[in-house]
Amino acid sequence: MNKPLRRIAMFCGLLVLALLIRDNWLQYVKADELRTHEKNRRVLIERYAQKRGDIIVDGKSITGSERTTGSDFAYKRTYRNGEMWAPVTGYASQAYGATQIESIEDGILTGNDDRLFFRRTLDMVTGKKKEGGNVVTTLNGAAQKAAFEGLGNKKGAVAAIDPSTGAILALASTPSYDPSSFAGNSKDDEKAWTDLESDKNKPLLNRALRETYPPGSTFKVVTAAAALEHGLYTDPDEKTESPLPWTMPDTRTELKNEGSYPSCKDGSLREALRISCNTVFGKIGSDLGKDKMRETAQKFGFNEEQFVPVRATASNFPTQMDRPQTALSSIGQFETAATPLQMAMVASAIANDGKLMEPYMVDQVQAPGLDVISKHAPKELSRPLSAENAQKLQDMMETVVNQGTGTSAKIPGATVGGKTGTAQHGIDNSEKPYAWFISYAKTADGSPVAVAVVVEDSDAHREDISGGGLAAPIAKNVMQAVLDGSK
Amino acid sequence: MSSTTHTSTIGAIGAPSRRNTELGLLVFAVLIPIFAYANVGLAIDGTMPTGMIGYGLGLGLLAAVGHLVVRKFAPYADPLLLPLATLLNGLGLVLIWRLDQSERLQQLQERSFGAFNPAAPNQLMYSAVGIALFVGVLLLLKDHRILQRFTYISMVAAMILLLLPLVPGLGTDVFGAKIWIRLGGFSIQPGEFAKIVIAVFFAGYLMVKRDALALASRRFMGLYLPRGRDLGPILVIWAVSLLILVFENDLGTSLLFFGMFVVMLYVATERTSWIVIGLLMSAAGAVGVASTAGHVKARVDAWLDPFGCYATSGACEQIGQSIMAFGSGGVLGTGLGQGNSDLIGFAANADFIFATVGEELGLAGVMAFLVIYGLIIERGVRTALAARDPFGKLFAAGLSGAFALQIFVVAGGVMGLIPLTGMTMPWLAAGGSSVIANWALIAILIRISDTARRPAPAPAANPDAEMTQVVRP
Repeated sequence: MNKPLRRIAMFCGLLVLALLIRDNWLQYVKADELRTHEKNRRVLIERYAQKRGDIIVDGKSITGSERTTGSDFAYKRTYRNGEMWAPVTGYASQAYGATQIESIEDGILTGNDDRLFFRRTLDMVTGKKKEGGNVVTTLNGAAQKAAFEGLGNKKGAVAAIDPSTGAILALASTPSYDPSSFAGNSKDDEKAWTDLESDKNKPLLNRALRETYPPGSTFKVVTAAAALEHGLYTDPDEKTESPLPWTMPDTRTELKNEGSYPSCKDGSLREALRISCNTVFGKIGSDLGKDKMRETAQKFGFNEEQFVPVRATASNFPTQMDRPQTALSSIGQFETAATPLQMAMVASAIANDGKLMEPYMVDQVQAPGLDVISKHAPKELSRPLSAENAQKLQDMMETVVNQGTGTSAKIPGATVGGKTGTAQHGIDNSEKPYAWFISYAKTADGSPVAVAVVVEDSDAHREDISGGGLAAPIAKNVMQAVLDGSK
Repeated sequence: MSSTTHTSTIGAIGAPSRRNTELGLLVFAVLIPIFAYANVGLAIDGTMPTGMIGYGLGLGLLAAVGHLVVRKFAPYADPLLLPLATLLNGLGLVLIWRLDQSERLQQLQERSFGAFNPAAPNQLMYSAVGIALFVGVLLLLKDHRILQRFTYISMVAAMILLLLPLVPGLGTDVFGAKIWIRLGGFSIQPGEFAKIVIAVFFAGYLMVKRDALALASRRFMGLYLPRGRDLGPILVIWAVSLLILVFENDLGTSLLFFGMFVVMLYVATERTSWIVIGLLMSAAGAVGVASTAGHVKARVDAWLDPFGCYATSGACEQIGQSIMAFGSGGVLGTGLGQGNSDLIGFAANADFIFATVGEELGLAGVMAFLVIYGLIIERGVRTALAARDPFGKLFAAGLSGAFALQIFVVAGGVMGLIPLTGMTMPWLAAGGSSVIANWALIAILIRISDTARRPAPAPAANPDAEMTQVVRP
């Protein structure tokens, strides 16, 4: 009976061998695939197992982590002054995932990033728990506060940039939301989330980066830049060929000014910008033609998504249009639409003597021990206009603030240039208009801040002055905050 | 087969008793689980677990009793079997205790049954009962050949045990499989005991009938085909295992019994034809039932593509969770107490306990466990080889073969190698029947190996050398 017994022994050996092979297949060959499988809850458990790294503003964190109970996720995200900072941070929720910086820098914040691999391995050997790194932003707490509080109960957005580097200083959007309210995965979080999602005021929308508005008269700055750059006019005080009334080419429609401004007739660029003549800038756009207008607009960043590193929607300057549409587009109407960030970029390029810096809001990424893993180096995006022309345009924008529609943005001790705007929208302009203001402030050391403010469906009058009345004071406070901080 | 070959496997004459080797190994078999226990406590809350001394002493005491009894009543027994079983039992206790600490499983139990009952204290109690049975077997069973007398009584007993779960009011349905009975608050899996009892019957029956089955055959296509009337017993066993499969919905038990019978038949008759016939019959039976019985079909589907039906089928989710636990463990594992194998939910500490080994001890740990099981099987087969009487040979071969099949079916099931069946990993899984029955199994193997290795006063006649005896009318 021993011969079959030996065979049985071999057969049993084969059974064990089959198990060993299968185990190697599972735990070695397929291990990574199974470990990171979409249905593997361990991925999420591990993600929330330790405190999340923080997002830093002015050296202080605006985020935190809190131990949670009743769930296998150990920590949830908390936010300090979440509503104010939501457009910057985005959210990181156990139940609803992450967005914006929380999502883009997720690897660093959770500690899973490949750049932390060596450190993680070291920690594993020394038995230290995994930690998340920090994300240091460029934002300016005082400017952000001024922007958020300035918007108050109104719907709108503010974007402020440091023109010399492109660093984003403020990014506010109202109405906002508190990302802490749905950071966990409890019933309360679910309710907070569904309430926010169904809110018709769209608090989850980041208006500073993701909403495009017709820029209205603020776009005339771009048109003025195009006129100077393409040599249509060279001197701000030179008389333009601008009839009043002006009928748009190929039509019998007169382009109207918002009110009676006789000085718009053949008005110089400076005068036309000061009192915001539609006729002058409409004609300039139509004289330059759509291609030259588009060229300048695109140099300012139109028609392209920006990544700061959060994606900002592409602002639009139409590509297909006839001559009257070109005229309308050149005064910020028709299909021209811009994000607040885009208009801040326009102001910043002019303030920075024609050099447009790439906007960014993550300055440094730090490892858990505060070692810097990467640091953003300011980068030039384009040169929409020459330094000479930029200075001419600055001069004109300063006139707007000193003697024109933007007087409420004046700051003692600093030079402020700006442009107001009131954009009509809706069918037959039935909806309440958007009030705009773009500006920059300058000191002897150059310009530390450029800002764009838009206020939605406020009780703005159809006069250009409303941009100056509603949006300009917010811009002024933001600029003031930056100026106070840099003193 | 000459007498020299089998004596060379385990020397029968003048063999040292090896009891001190056993004692040395037992020390490790007790210390390793104690360290593992401390490891779990330190990993979970950074402190030495309070029950550590209790569990350590308990396990040490059980091992000491086992050793002393073996030393006294089976001095020539194989020295590896007791330490290996003790190690598995100890590590099983640690794993069960570790899963008792899982908040997720505690909440699951509270939601489903209203209260959480830790399984580890029960398991320690069952282990004690198991050792008691181990001692009892060694004390009462002075010679395994006594069991020959109970051949047909064993058959009846095994049938009763197998059919008990089908008795209304006694059997309970656990996740579709009817392999449990409930007696006075205790759940018993009679199949675990039936495994041993039926091996007695097979060994006794085949010892008597092996000649007829082996020699009275016709040659057909290179195979020796048995006579029609000799096919009777195998057909009956096949039918019974199919009945188990159909009525108890338990692929594992069915496969185990049929597999054990085929193995013993092959050993008894030395006829390869039985293996071929056995494989064909089990394949036919399995395919037939799998395509008709819904419960078995669901498990086959879950085996084929666990993630395809993950969201819709509990069977798929279980096996998917189990596979992910193995994968998440990787080569070295997360370390005891640091994995999430409790995500498997129900039966995480029973049928699926091997997934916890996979996740927390990794590929290295699983391979170590498989090798330990492999060693037990190997010692069992060696015992069969060394046994001097055909009954002992068949009995040991049957028990080892069944043990190997059980390991394959359970570990293969949780690792997704074959469809999952409701059986338990010997000693590791929480559950009294399994622990107690497997201690009895080890006791029997120890008894047979003791008889086999005991220096014979006068060399017994080798039954294999007496081929001429077997032609009977």
